[in-house]
Amino acid sequence: MTLASNGISIERWTRSSRLALGGVALALALFAIAPLTLGAGAIDRMTALFIYVILAAMWNALAGFGGLVSVGQQVFFGLGAYFTIRLADTGLNPFLALFAAAIITGAISLPLSFFMLRLKGGEFAIGMWVISALTHMLVNLDRLIQGETGTSLISLNVYDINTRRVVIYWLALASMAALLGILFALLRSRAGAAIQAIRDNEDAATSLGVRVVATKRLLFVLAAFGIAIAGALWLATATTFQPKTYFSVQWTAYMIFMVLIGGIGKFEGAILGAVLFFVIETFFGAMGVWYLIGLGATAVLFSLFLPQGLWGEIERRFDLRLLPVGYRVKLPGPPKIQWNQ
Amino acid sequence: MQIATHQQGPGDAFLSARGIHKRFGALVVLDNIDFSMGQSDAIGIVGPNGAGKTTLLSALAGAFAPNAGTITFDGRNVTALSAAERCRSGLVRTHQVPKPFSGMTTFENVFVAASHGDSVSRDEAYERVIDSLTLCGMLGVANRQADTLGLLDRKRLELARALATRPKLMLLDEIGGGLTDGEASELVATILELRRRGIGIVWIEHIVHILLQVAERLICMDAGRIIADGEPRAVMADAGVVKAYLGGTSA
Ligand SMILES: Nc1ncnc2c1ncn2[C@@H]1O[C@H](COP(=O)(O)OP(=O)(O)OP(=O)(O)O)[C@@H](O)[C@H]1O
Ligand SMILES: [Mg+2]
Repeated sequence: MTLASNGISIERWTRSSRLALGGVALALALFAIAPLTLGAGAIDRMTALFIYVILAAMWNALAGFGGLVSVGQQVFFGLGAYFTIRLADTGLNPFLALFAAAIITGAISLPLSFFMLRLKGGEFAIGMWVISALTHMLVNLDRLIQGETGTSLISLNVYDINTRRVVIYWLALASMAALLGILFALLRSRAGAAIQAIRDNEDAATSLGVRVVATKRLLFVLAAFGIAIAGALWLATATTFQPKTYFSVQWTAYMIFMVLIGGIGKFEGAILGAVLFFVIETFFGAMGVWYLIGLGATAVLFSLFLPQGLWGEIERRFDLRLLPVGYRVKLPGPPKIQWNQ
Repeated sequence: MQIATHQQGPGDAFLSARGIHKRFGALVVLDNIDFSMGQSDAIGIVGPNGAGKTTLLSALAGAFAPNAGTITFDGRNVTALSAAERCRSGLVRTHQVPKPFSGMTTFENVFVAASHGDSVSRDEAYERVIDSLTLCGMLGVANRQADTLGLLDRKRLELARALATRPKLMLLDEIGGGLTDGEASELVATILELRRRGIGIVWIEHIVHILLQVAERLICMDAGRIIADGEPRAVMADAGVVKAYLGGTSA
């Protein structure tokens, strides 16, 4: 956009980012038709990847952009799955139940935010973990769940296994695309600038007119909603619901891992991190405890040597911005020298 | 003591503070402060370190609630309003220790201010940012990430951000410390331009000769009180003020 007055323009897209957007559209189109050629196992793995991308993007938005570091985000993952079970039990179509459950979870996160967003820094992080542990216990009290024995999303069984697999794949793909789109639009909006300002200095943001709590709340609720969709989709692929696997802190640990290695506070970073995590899991996931130790070691190495994550490094080295949320000022410089006259 | 006649009646005060008390624990930092000013006044505040100048500014801007007292601005009682709402109604402050949004560029820092002060279109916000950056001499560093700026630019950034909120009244806290003569006269020119635009100024500064080029009224604080208030040269010559500067607190 060029400002009328003085030839200064504000750039929000670069040529490489336009290309990247085209690339993203193409990739999504290819993913959409991929089930025609993929085997059953591959379809399930890709579904998992889409869910990882959602998780990483949401935690990154919360912590990397908003400064809201939480180690209790598994509460929304668990609630997304739990409400899906509950709603399906009332006879609601299980696929509809997935999204209804996410909406309910998002709605619950709103009153929760009134308490949690009063907490700062580490208190918020640990507070979320406490909320998650409490919620886990409450869910266990529900007769339908049968404690840690758990239950299944049996109503999915009316669908043929192959149809089911592909439908869940598409739902995961569509959810990922929609949630990334919403996040990207949010972070590029004025609210997105405010979110980052709050992360960097809450006092300064307030004194410049930013409504801090309302802005944080928007982000908190969106992240709860997105993570709930991820939990509900995970339930759809796994069909069994055992509270302790869903309310496990392991999910938040994965989110943190993906964001740290990909690049915290970079929109592309979370996506790259999810892909890296997916690849690592695919090759080493069967190694049990050594796999977990390897993940931990990788995270430590990254935070020591590549604190900006892999994407941060790429961005720095090549001055590359594929999905930029910021602003560049272009001053009207002297005309460029033409070499090829 | 009251030196001169700049005091307005409560009717025409644009910003006024009545009976402001502020304690930090047992320490009384603001002790029954009364203060008022008109819309386009330019007021300087001086006083020894720890006098309570920054605390007064913070109370006026809404960074915290005073333990007692009332603040009105632009015809409204704003005592219970948050800093964000006070900013939106035209009262903005800068910070003595700059508080940049360190992960964002200079432009983005100012854009936050321009797009949240009140409802503006995006293009209008852009224009405001460019105007503020130009006025504060920061266009050249518009794309620099704020954590790479030196202290001088950080202070300019405080001013540019505050200006981009379209304030009616600006509360400035030591934006001129450590400047060369050239930089100081640039700053004075900038502040005079703000005055020309009709923005009221309250400016805390230790370097009195800079302040005197802008302020038409001077307040001296010491130990949480206003000890002199009036025509700048008369205030500087006041016996209590001289004593406060020479001999620590004058109880
Ligand atoms: N948040 C706080 N907690 C406790 N004490 C504080 C706090 N803020 C300020 N003080 C104390 O209040 C007194 C006044 O501080 P203030 O910053 O208002 O002084 P000042 O006049 O701005 O000084 P300076 O010229 O050094 O900036 C000081 O003794 C300071 O130590
Ligand atoms: Mg001070």
